[in-house]
Amino acid sequence: MELIKLKIDNRTVEVEKGTTIYHAAKKLGIEIPTLCYMNLGDLKIEHKPGGCRVCVVEVEGRRNLAPACATECNEDMVVHTHSIRVLNARKTVLELILSDHPFDCLICAKSGTCDLQDMAIKMGVRNIPYQGEKSTYKPDFSPAIIREMDKCIMCRRCETMCNDFQTVGVLSGVNRGFESVVAPAFERDLDHSECTYCGQCVAVCPTGALTEVDHTTQLIRDLADPDKKVVVQTAPAVRAALGEAFGLEPGTLVTGKMVAALRRLGFDYVFDTDFAADLTIMEEGTELLDRLGRFLKGDKDVKLPMLTSCCPGWVNFFEYHFPDMRDIPSTARSPQQMFGSIAKTYFADIVKTKRDEMVVVSVMPCVAKKYECTREEFSVDGNPDVDYSISTRELAMLIKRSNMDFGSLPDEDFDKPLGESTGAGVIFGTTGGVIEAAVRTAYELHTGKDLEKIDFEQLRGIEGIRSASVDFDGTEIKIGIAHGLGNARKLLDDIKAGKSEYHAIEIMACPGGCIGGGGQPLHHGNPDIIKARQKAIYQEDSGKPIRKSHENPYIVKLYDDFLGKPMSEKAHHLLHTHYFDRKQKDVLLD
Amino acid sequence: MTSIKLKLKEKDVQQLKEVARSFNNEPGELINVLHKAQDIFGYLPAEVQEVVAQELNVSVAKVYGVVTFYSYFTMLPRGRYPISICTGTACYVRGAEKVLDEFKRMLKVPVGETTPDGKFSITCLRCVGACGLAPVVMVGDKTYGRVTTDGVKDILKEYEDAE
Repeated sequence: MELIKLKIDNRTVEVEKGTTIYHAAKKLGIEIPTLCYMNLGDLKIEHKPGGCRVCVVEVEGRRNLAPACATECNEDMVVHTHSIRVLNARKTVLELILSDHPFDCLICAKSGTCDLQDMAIKMGVRNIPYQGEKSTYKPDFSPAIIREMDKCIMCRRCETMCNDFQTVGVLSGVNRGFESVVAPAFERDLDHSECTYCGQCVAVCPTGALTEVDHTTQLIRDLADPDKKVVVQTAPAVRAALGEAFGLEPGTLVTGKMVAALRRLGFDYVFDTDFAADLTIMEEGTELLDRLGRFLKGDKDVKLPMLTSCCPGWVNFFEYHFPDMRDIPSTARSPQQMFGSIAKTYFADIVKTKRDEMVVVSVMPCVAKKYECTREEFSVDGNPDVDYSISTRELAMLIKRSNMDFGSLPDEDFDKPLGESTGAGVIFGTTGGVIEAAVRTAYELHTGKDLEKIDFEQLRGIEGIRSASVDFDGTEIKIGIAHGLGNARKLLDDIKAGKSEYHAIEIMACPGGCIGGGGQPLHHGNPDIIKARQKAIYQEDSGKPIRKSHENPYIVKLYDDFLGKPMSEKAHHLLHTHYFDRKQKDVLLD
Repeated sequence: MTSIKLKLKEKDVQQLKEVARSFNNEPGELINVLHKAQDIFGYLPAEVQEVVAQELNVSVAKVYGVVTFYSYFTMLPRGRYPISICTGTACYVRGAEKVLDEFKRMLKVPVGETTPDGKFSITCLRCVGACGLAPVVMVGDKTYGRVTTDGVKDILKEYEDAE
């Protein structure tokens, strides 16, 4: 490893050869502003197209200014990051970017969390000296994501997430010059592309070009309707990130305050998707044991490894890219959908409410969930099991709009019966969590013994692909874990090639799992935020009195009173699903 | 917009796959494969781009991105007699624009499009290296020099008589 010395803003710094000026400055605590640059650290994605030109710095002896994010340091280099030449150039660059931007910041969904807006404030932009043609594109409204490319600054972070991280390949820069735009093939809309709605493009977009479909107006209307019973469920990852929208440190758990806020918003019942996560474990865990049992008895037709199926981005991904393998994932519906199905049958009976008088809303860290609840197979006579889904961000906005001081809300508990959950349900929110929850239950059901140690450290972590084995009392169970669809693709290619040795694989589409979901307060590509949220999830788990799904008394009661046993006919009808080959879909007919 | 899926000729698709194989199905050979594909099909409709994407294991969006970036590639079918008018500096100052306008007027199609009978299409190009003959017009591989607005109808007549 060769070290080189250079001077940045009159301070000496020593860095490894190959380090960029941007990183060398960071080592000195100097934060050079950027718009297009993005570094996902542990996830090993670095996006440095050097395109926005906001990070330019002055290098002595060099004629033109250098983009700090894409220029490597040299020995004895002398760099100035805030000389008058730099500051003027940076401001001009920003003014030029803004000259082709619609000035609707007051009504933009990204207002307040927009990197471009922040930059304009930071640079003290007070007027736009450049006037000229502005780009105009037709807005694209899909069931989950909205594209308003007039607001795009061509940083192309979304492209990196879609192609390099997710390997979904829907977005690409097309056309040239002033006409350039990031778009799906043939500039079709997202709904006619192979978009999985994972929402990672939304999570990294520095402007309002990519946002989510908003359901808050519909929700306010339903909450105000006295003839409707409005039921809410909150996903595990929401409680680990919602606080960030109110200025709390990433990783602050706000479960109790979130429940209090939902109750004050006017929901009739505040329930927990974690309950449905426990239910998922009962079904998926039983399915895994069933497949394993048959496999160990020598049944050659049994499909192993079994893949998890709770992530809708992942489900979309294999329906588009690996449709011939669609009999491998578990048939268990996602927790969101299990919840909706149980709420509108079992719970509706308890509270004597008709299906069409009940509105089931979910709060999700996800934008794909917005799409998932619109899937036809998850409705009965046109009435969806989950009426609509709002994101963590939308919930934060609603709380603010309702004049609540989030910090001073009391800690309250979820309602019963669909609000009771175990630690196993909570960890669904992080990569490795679903499979750990499944192992906790499957182990005890398989061996008939109590687990001595509930924490399976070998399944935890943030590496993109992890593997571990768990001893089921003499039977070794091999487990694979992937988060990010690019990593999932690698495991799937192995299965296809017959090289996979796993019995079970957990897959989550987003970095870190749901905690890094496309519906969370924006992580702006900062991996430290994701790690802090992961810590919070495990903290919530270890604080729970019950930590194994099959010990949830309300789950036991649900089976006793209503479902019978896991994978019963009724459970199949209400809690399982089937998948489609969507590769054949004729996407050409607009 | 309604678009109907084109049925590509099996023979042509096989030839295209052959081309991709000759480039070892390397994603880095995308531009070369697209050149050959345009030679085979005359243009690059969505269906052809989908085959190229599949053969080179790159996303269709990426293929479309490259096709739309380079002006040489076209997604519209060219006529049987593609007319290219040079609008490079030398041709331009010697009246290429007037010649171009005359072609557009006579054929009743704008630049980049093809006549409804599929016979002629009009494109512009930049300098064919025959500035001494400016303004230059090419029809297929045949070059016409010192073209005047009056000469346009004579050129068209040559090809009308050809069929």
